[in-house]
Amino acid sequence: MKYKAVIGLEMHCELKSNSKVFSPSRNSYSELANSNVNAIDLAFPGTMPSANKKCVKDSIKMAMVLNCRIPEYMLFDRKNYFYPDLPKGYQLTQFTMPVGVHGHVDVPFEGGILPVDIHDIHLEEDAASMDHLENSSVIDYNRGGVPLLELVTEPCLHSAKEAVAFLEFMRSAYQYCDASEADTKKGQIRCDVNVSIMDEDATELGTRVEIKNVNSFGNVHDAIVYEIKRQSDLKDAGRYDEVVQETRRFDEESGRTIHMRSKEDAVDYKYFVEPNIPRYRITPEWKESIRREIPRLSHERRREYLETYGFSETDATVLTRDKGISDYFEKCVDLGMEPKEACNWVTGSIVAWLNKNEAEIKDFYLTPEMLKFIYDNVKKGTISGKQAKEVFTKVLDEKKEPSAFISKENAQISDAGELEKIIDEIIARSPKEVEGYRNGRDRLFDYFVGQVMKATRGKANPIMTKDILHSKLDV
Amino acid sequence: MKYTEKSIVELHGLLKSGELTPADLLAESLEKIHVLQDKCNAFVTIIDDAEPEAVTDSLLSGIPYGVKDLYSTKDILTTGSSNTLRDYVPFFSATAVENLDKAGAVKAAKTVTDEFGMGGTGTTGHTGIVHNPWDLDRMCAGSSAGSACAVSAGVVPFALGTDTGDSIRKPAAYCGIVGFKPTYGMISRYGVFPFASSIDHCGAFARSVADVAIVIDAMKGKDDKDMTTWDSSHIHLYDDLKPQLAGMKLCYVKELCDISHYPNPHRELREHLANFMEKMELLRANGAIVEEVSVDQALLNAQPSVYVILSCAEATSNLANLTGLIFGPRGDGETYIDVMKDHRTHGFSSLIKRRLVIGSYVLQKENQERYFKNAQRVRRLLVDRWKELYQTYDAVILPVGTGPAKHLDGSLDILDEGTSPLEEHMQIGNFGGFPSITIPDGFIDGLPVGMNITGNNYEDQKVLNIAAAIEGLMDYKDQIAREVKR
Repeated sequence: MKYKAVIGLEMHCELKSNSKVFSPSRNSYSELANSNVNAIDLAFPGTMPSANKKCVKDSIKMAMVLNCRIPEYMLFDRKNYFYPDLPKGYQLTQFTMPVGVHGHVDVPFEGGILPVDIHDIHLEEDAASMDHLENSSVIDYNRGGVPLLELVTEPCLHSAKEAVAFLEFMRSAYQYCDASEADTKKGQIRCDVNVSIMDEDATELGTRVEIKNVNSFGNVHDAIVYEIKRQSDLKDAGRYDEVVQETRRFDEESGRTIHMRSKEDAVDYKYFVEPNIPRYRITPEWKESIRREIPRLSHERRREYLETYGFSETDATVLTRDKGISDYFEKCVDLGMEPKEACNWVTGSIVAWLNKNEAEIKDFYLTPEMLKFIYDNVKKGTISGKQAKEVFTKVLDEKKEPSAFISKENAQISDAGELEKIIDEIIARSPKEVEGYRNGRDRLFDYFVGQVMKATRGKANPIMTKDILHSKLDV
Repeated sequence: MKYTEKSIVELHGLLKSGELTPADLLAESLEKIHVLQDKCNAFVTIIDDAEPEAVTDSLLSGIPYGVKDLYSTKDILTTGSSNTLRDYVPFFSATAVENLDKAGAVKAAKTVTDEFGMGGTGTTGHTGIVHNPWDLDRMCAGSSAGSACAVSAGVVPFALGTDTGDSIRKPAAYCGIVGFKPTYGMISRYGVFPFASSIDHCGAFARSVADVAIVIDAMKGKDDKDMTTWDSSHIHLYDDLKPQLAGMKLCYVKELCDISHYPNPHRELREHLANFMEKMELLRANGAIVEEVSVDQALLNAQPSVYVILSCAEATSNLANLTGLIFGPRGDGETYIDVMKDHRTHGFSSLIKRRLVIGSYVLQKENQERYFKNAQRVRRLLVDRWKELYQTYDAVILPVGTGPAKHLDGSLDILDEGTSPLEEHMQIGNFGGFPSITIPDGFIDGLPVGMNITGNNYEDQKVLNIAAAIEGLMDYKDQIAREVKR
């Protein structure tokens, strides 16, 4: 590439919570239109906001993940503009004092590190969603007031790949912190992308173009690639003056960005501090307790799995994709399972079962404790590896404790002394068959195995049985 | 029958003893409300189908009252005296109204306000001007004009007001009654149409300090729906009301009260200030320590502009929900912008539009620092100065306005030079969220005038105790408007 691209991202992520960020309406998506609304969401006269503490807490948590400076007080501002998706005529957001500023994260990227500077992260409310039909528009206020965290990076990224790596890193962080499902398919993440280009040796940034409301990481990638090319082509043709400061949108079908509005149309939002929410002190104690809730994130765990346990890239990826899976694996190791074996169980049988049943690990019936119990019985030789798989399936099918399937009754006999005793008795009462076998009638070996199984009602450890029989007969 | 002219305590006794039934009391009140409506135009809605409440131990049970039309009342038209909400019937009540419902009080009428509380004359409501029952050619002041009018005329024992600048305390003075707004956050504002949220207060009118204490006790309380409310469950204003003056340290501001500060003062202003000084002597004679303090004239002069800037700025945003899209009459137009514009253009009076333009102007990026931010700074300076006074004094005591009620025909009033700080000083009580009460303190030409007592935050009890003591030294308790015949 001839030119250096400079990219900044604004990432909006809907937070997980029972109720909306400033009202007691339910925060849940894709239900019947306008079913999760109340007087506050619709800005009926006299209604007032009440800040949701869980959302405030999660916003502080994410600011910490981004290593931001966190203010002493929580404050909200009004961003004033008229639009039908905004019943109050203003959006509650954070302008004067965002919950996090001046952050920095190192994102793992292509085997190295991608340093990303964060301008700020702030908590705000989402607007309602609108559908524009041919002659009219319809509004669904369910989304109005849904908690939204917006993070703004500095213009410090230089390619579509870097941008996507950062977004994926953040998506995982949101999920690991249990702050959001961060599901782009549900529209929970939306991005604005700022792109400019400059000569490699230039010191001044080029003209910045903003692409608004890009709703998947794939589209973020394509929009950046398209925009860099569009600007580069114009620059090549000596028409860089045609690159103007403007807002564009990404058209998925054509894969192009399209002009929306120019800088002159920019709105003055007349921000001022929301008077109805008194400044709320973020005490050092509260901060500390929030910090303690932050789990080890996926990239930290991944590094550990690769370096400490020596797992393959594939295994590390499968184990860390979902925090629930990783937590399950780590619990198994904590309980004393061999890491490699725990990994095999999790990445093998468990993930396969979850995929097949379209289930999630949080709803998985078989706990790490149960898995450890099965594992211990294999180690003790009470059951075989094959039987362990059967017990695993039975536990999940019948929703019973594994001990229900590994009782004394049906346990495998793997005690060498016990088996030897049984085998000695059989040999003693079968002189004809012993003689026949020793004279070359190999098939008679199966007769002895059958006898042992008969005597133990099938519970004899088959391998041990064969070993002992061989040692007794093959003399 | 003249039961509605009696005090709440007296009425409660009559209701309890069975001498008076809640139904008869309500019927009398409604009848008088209709008569007053013809005379003074104080009501937006008269609740003719109101149901009497059973008498309980609650002092307010069965007592009819007036509700300023900014308080949402479930299933009862609530207009904010604005065409933008002329048909709006809320499906929930303001928390303060709910609290009064629980106390058994009976809503008898919704009273006229200046449109959305934004005015000080009682002349800008969509149902027309409100006349002062003492003199129909004069105003009640505003914005809680209808409530002041109703209490003063004796058609209800109490009524609700809101106060962003002095919207309870000025009309109380003009109508010769008691008006009190307690500390910011003592009464929930949830469900009350906002004007300027950081200085909006709820409060009430009655004809005595004791009655107003009873009403505030019932209205107040922490509310999960209003984050600015605080727990006042330990405060019982009426039960703990103990008139007290001896040993109390009060101060008045020289720059506002000294007649020599006004060049060529009009007779009414001279009499008003002289009456006030006379009353200060009366307080001293009864054991109060009353001192004169000085406040920077520049600060006092800046104060009215600070109020205009802050209140208009917040109002532009608070009134932005009035678009006619979700509630209110839907405007005409091809686009959503046209529809909103049409609703607002036809809905708001010109006074409101003027204030919204000012508010929008002072918040614009290029003006915000110069106007809005500076106004916030001056607000802080004024509040700090008053807080400093409270280090030494129990309360600040000042005359209300420049004399009795002004004429509805403004050309009849003589505006004295330099009186704007005296006219507007009660706004400092809103800037600081201070408990502040107006009580009648005399007459000029047969028309009532008032004084204001403002204390430090959370010292509501002290303010009421002082006011009750002063009330006891004078003859204006429980007074009913006596129309001045010309």
